[in-house]
Amino acid sequence: MSKKITIEPVTRVEGHGKVTIKFDDAGNVEQSRLHIVEFRGFERFVQGRPYWEAPVLVQRLCGICPVSHHLAAAKALDVIVGAGTGNGLTPTGEKMRRLMHYGQFFQSHVLHFFHLVSPDLLFGVDGDPAIRNVIGVAMKHKDLAVMGVMMRKFGQEIIAATAGKKIHGTGAIPGGINKHLSIAERDSFLLGADPLNIDKMIEWAQAALDFLKDYQKKNTDFIDNFSKYDSNYLSLVRKDGALDLYHGVLRAVDANGKKVLNDVDYQEYDKYISEEVRSWSYMKFPYIIDQGKEKGWYRVGPLARLNTADFIPTPLAQKEFEIYKAYTNGKPNNMCMHNHWARLIECLHAAEMIKVLLNDPDLLSGELVTKGTKTNRGVGLIEAPRGTLFHHYEINENDQITKANLIVSTTNNNEPMNRSVNNVAKSYMNGKDTITEGMMNAVEVAIRAYDPCLSCATHALGKMPLEVTLLDANDNLIDRKRS
Amino acid sequence: MSEIIKIVIDGKEIEATKGQTILQAAVNNGIYIPTLCAFDGIKPKASCRLCTVKVNGRAMTACTTPATEGMEIENNTAGINEIRKAIIEAIFVEGNHFCPSCEKSGNCELQALGYRFMMMVPRFPYSFPQRPIDATNPKLLLDTNRCILCLRCVRGLKDENGKSLFAIKHRGVHAEIVMDHEVCANISDEMAQKAMNTCPVGVIIKKEKGFDEAIGTRKFDKQPIGHEIENKFNQGGN
Ligand code: SF4
Ligand code: FES
Ligand code: NI
Repeated sequence: MSKKITIEPVTRVEGHGKVTIKFDDAGNVEQSRLHIVEFRGFERFVQGRPYWEAPVLVQRLCGICPVSHHLAAAKALDVIVGAGTGNGLTPTGEKMRRLMHYGQFFQSHVLHFFHLVSPDLLFGVDGDPAIRNVIGVAMKHKDLAVMGVMMRKFGQEIIAATAGKKIHGTGAIPGGINKHLSIAERDSFLLGADPLNIDKMIEWAQAALDFLKDYQKKNTDFIDNFSKYDSNYLSLVRKDGALDLYHGVLRAVDANGKKVLNDVDYQEYDKYISEEVRSWSYMKFPYIIDQGKEKGWYRVGPLARLNTADFIPTPLAQKEFEIYKAYTNGKPNNMCMHNHWARLIECLHAAEMIKVLLNDPDLLSGELVTKGTKTNRGVGLIEAPRGTLFHHYEINENDQITKANLIVSTTNNNEPMNRSVNNVAKSYMNGKDTITEGMMNAVEVAIRAYDPCLSCATHALGKMPLEVTLLDANDNLIDRKRS
Repeated sequence: MSEIIKIVIDGKEIEATKGQTILQAAVNNGIYIPTLCAFDGIKPKASCRLCTVKVNGRAMTACTTPATEGMEIENNTAGINEIRKAIIEAIFVEGNHFCPSCEKSGNCELQALGYRFMMMVPRFPYSFPQRPIDATNPKLLLDTNRCILCLRCVRGLKDENGKSLFAIKHRGVHAEIVMDHEVCANISDEMAQKAMNTCPVGVIIKKEKGFDEAIGTRKFDKQPIGHEIENKFNQGGN
């Protein structure tokens, strides 16, 4: 008997996607694919619009990670208005944007860990689906659930103070930012009543990380071996090799840590990165041109970033980085589930950075915007919580956008997610007579490790669900899971 | 000296100067009557009908109707406000008003009216018209998707020779605001800003200004539209 499975909708990822697993006559996985229902409407939608609308307009393509789009677009427009890249802004402009970004990072990583991942860890991949969800966590592990909610709230308040609103704000504008931080806002973040102050947040970020490290020690086999495979890794790094989530040069390393993209200027990203179209997927497959389509695919996100960066420029996260790196003897980490470990180290780093910034007087006063000689093309890259995000705009002499190209984090991880699905499907389902709910969830767990934002990758308006389907060799439906 | 007369709005007697419109009398007494097409310094022409009130039981536009001795006017009543809400909704569906990405958001009178009159979902179907953007002027951009044809720009914006910066092309449903490119060719920054401020919505845009006003500092972020009139009355100590 041969069969094909589709997992759709994949639960607890952001957006809509569909996994199809096809079995051969021997009952082994023949092929598995993650399909994303894609809608590239936004790239067309912004054409003809005045360029300064882009940061506010494009963030709408995702209700989950709007701040990353807002900032990537603003960075691209900095180039267009002649403010240069990254450090071309005034200190106030750059630091307010960074604060917004770290606030977003913090709340996004927290949301992912507490709401989307902790159920699998606390109840097991094959735990009872009725309690294997955030409600289950809230009931059984109240303290953890409270931490998750309050940490997320803190991050959202940082976003509101810098962007004007918790979601879909307007703070970043071409060449800078439109507001300062008020003393009252700063003091509420520094000195707010427990738990809503930055010291508590750092403490809790450390606690969440300790929880995960402890879990890894007790479940080493699962965390280390669940879908592990070699790949290239890509991210921005600061010029000196430090982890920098807001700005830097583009670096990629291979499975052995050898640099395959050597700290290049991302304004020319299209010299180094290309996107392959495959007939069965609407979502493109980016790859490093030098390495070719076969070998050039790469991973982005927390795992990738801690593989490309040489160090983390805040003390607590650096200490954790050293422990994390020692675990793989300094070699690139290829363990899919270690994304969660890396993510929580970044979460700690984001909290530390927020504290550094809050103590910086440049946030309270100083020039907000800087401009120079206008150009007609700008590229903005940023490390979004889910990985490198590319925005590229071109304008005409009337200030209207003529071209937009976006490569979102989840698209960068398209090939890796497909590999993970394939790995897990094979190891959990090959030769099995019955396919259980737990096995199907295992496939989803692999996808969730990347924290994909399918809403964003598909440029769909709003949130959509996801589904898994099993089909036999004759494409007859065996089972379907949707939630 | 001008003659003082008495009129009654919603049961409250107020003083007006003979020759004033109902709208002017109301504003002077801290009573808000919503408006769109009426604008400071422009002779009203009653094209939006938002200022509709009932005078001795009959619907009239407050911006054009002169106040006369003893008039009984209904303004802030459930029935009239419902008519106004319907007018606001009709204006919304006629154009393409996407507030989330519009830089006039927070300073837009139509949006502010939507909030004040608690518009939720318009009762009329959206018409999604196809309308052009004119971005060819170096300082001004015209996005007619948002035009409500109030004509404030046509009637209120003139250069030093008295020539209008904007004109109306076609009539009826095809009416469209266009820029006079000759008149606007060397427009100053101040004039460009004035043009943007004259437009109640986000059609006339001063280029490259974008979202430079932070959320929380825009005109209608803290106070609903009309509050400046109602506040003036309170502070007046009458
Ligand atoms: S452009 Fe603005 S001011 Fe002119 S008619 Fe249209 S809405 Fe009114
Ligand atoms: S304000 Fe009176 S009709 Fe428009
Ligand atoms: Ni997204």
